[in-house]
Parts: sequence; C-alpha cells; structure tokens
Amino acid sequence: MTYELISYILGGLTIGSALMVILSSHPVRSVMYLVITFFFISGHMVLMNAQFLAIVNIIVYAGAIMVLFLFVLMLLNLNKESEPRMPFAAQMAAIIAGGILLLVLLAALAESVLPPTRETSKQIAEIQNEGLVQNLGQLLFSKYIVAFEVSSILFLAAMVGAVLLAKREKQNTEEI
Amino acid sequence: MPALISHAEFSKEFYLFLCPILFTIGAVGLMIRKNMIVMLMCIELMLNAVNLLMVSFANFFGQGDAHIFVFFIIVVAAAEATVGLSIILMAFRNLRSIDVDMFKKLKN
Repeated sequence: MTYELISYILGGLTIGSALMVILSSHPVRSVMYLVITFFFISGHMVLMNAQFLAIVNIIVYAGAIMVLFLFVLMLLNLNKESEPRMPFAAQMAAIIAGGILLLVLLAALAESVLPPTRETSKQIAEIQNEGLVQNLGQLLFSKYIVAFEVSSILFLAAMVGAVLLAKREKQNTEEI
Repeated sequence: MPALISHAEFSKEFYLFLCPILFTIGAVGLMIRKNMIVMLMCIELMLNAVNLLMVSFANFFGQGDAHIFVFFIIVVAAAEATVGLSIILMAFRNLRSIDVDMFKKLKN
C-alpha cells in the first residue's frame, strides 16, 4: 500500500514536470524541468526493481545528455524575444491530435493481458534480483554480446558524424 | 548485494496509464513548440516514457532481457542527441535562428 501511494505521488509529479517542460517559455527552464522529470522516472525505476537502469538513467540522461543540451543553449545565447511561437489554432490542433493519440494508446494498452501477481516468496525473490548489475551483466555479455559490440560501432559513427557536422567550414567563417 | 526494495507486489497497472500520458505530452510538445532544441528534448521525453513502460513490463513478466533492451534504447538516444545537437548548431550557424521553419530555406 505504501509503495502504491509513493508511485501515485511520483507519477503525479512526473506528469506535472513533463507538462512544465513543454509549457515554459524559456528553453533553459525546459531543460531544468526535463532533468527533474528524468529524476522522477528514475524513482519509478527504483520502485520497480530496476536499480541498474535507474542509475544509468541518471548518469546518461540527467548527467550527460541534459548537460549537453544546456551547453548548446548557452552557446547559442538565446533570449526570450527570439523564442519562436506557434499560432494559436495550430496549438489547439496539436492538443486535439495529442488527445486522440492518448486515446488510441490507452485503448491499446487497456486490452493487454498481464500475468497474475506473484505470490510465493521464491518468485518474488527471483523478480527482485533481475534488475541488479550482476544479472544484467551476465545477460549483456553472453546473450547480447553482438548487440553490445555493434553499439560501440554506432557510437563511433555518431562521434565522427557530430565532429564532421559541427566543424566550421571555411566559407562560413568569412560570412560571420 | 540484496535488492534495494524488499517489498512483495504492488499494483503496477497504473504505469499503463502513466507512460502513454508522458508519451503524449512529448508528442504534443513536439507539435506546439518551434524551438528546435525543445523539440529534441520532447523526443528524449518520449523515449524515456517508452523506457519506463518497458521496465514496468519487465517487472510484470520477470524477464531481464527487457532491461537490456532499455539499455540499448538509452545508448541509441545518446548517439541521437549528439548528432541532433550538432545538426542544430550547424543550422544556427547558417541561418541565425533555431526556428524549425527556417529549414524550409534549405529548398533550392
């Protein structure tokens, strides 16, 4: 019961901060609210016995990606006047489209067949250990070793692409 | 190392409602904002909503494989964010704006 209460409160806070991400007019504020949202999502993951993923979520998302976003925002030096705005009718259309999307997703997930809740202590012990680093490491380096190696190539490609794209070209330096 | 939370089962059907709501917030944000960086952030929010749903299903069914899948989603999201941000930087350098409508100048 206590855990249910915690998950409801965390869920409400998550939705609130996610709404603030898209509603706040200043991009830096959006980044900050997104960091808070990621922390709340990590809290949900801890509640569901995914400790490793919760830590990875904080390190990679809140720690690395969001700092990168903040860094780019500071580099661009935006102010409130330069913030582009959408016309009101288009915003309303977007909200209606989003509501229809939500309806479809909820209708699809409401039909999902879930297994019965586990009762015996052995099953509960099994589910408690699945998200720990030991089990995930054994899975990652035996069954999914190929995918793991391929992801390193993906990172190399992304790194080369990012350097190539962000490199200043000669003709641009003359214009600026 | 023992599990951090040593509780039995609690009702997680709640996550079947929470995750679509988070995903929809991300999708609506993608449509109502014109700032390219905020749009990229909304994509990250959608990815994270899917991650959370994946973790909750892993907890329902007791499969560790879903955790590995979420791990790879995080890997791909990190690569996507770096490339997307460098594209935004390049666009800003050429167009002096981060309005996503400026991309129509790429025509011709």
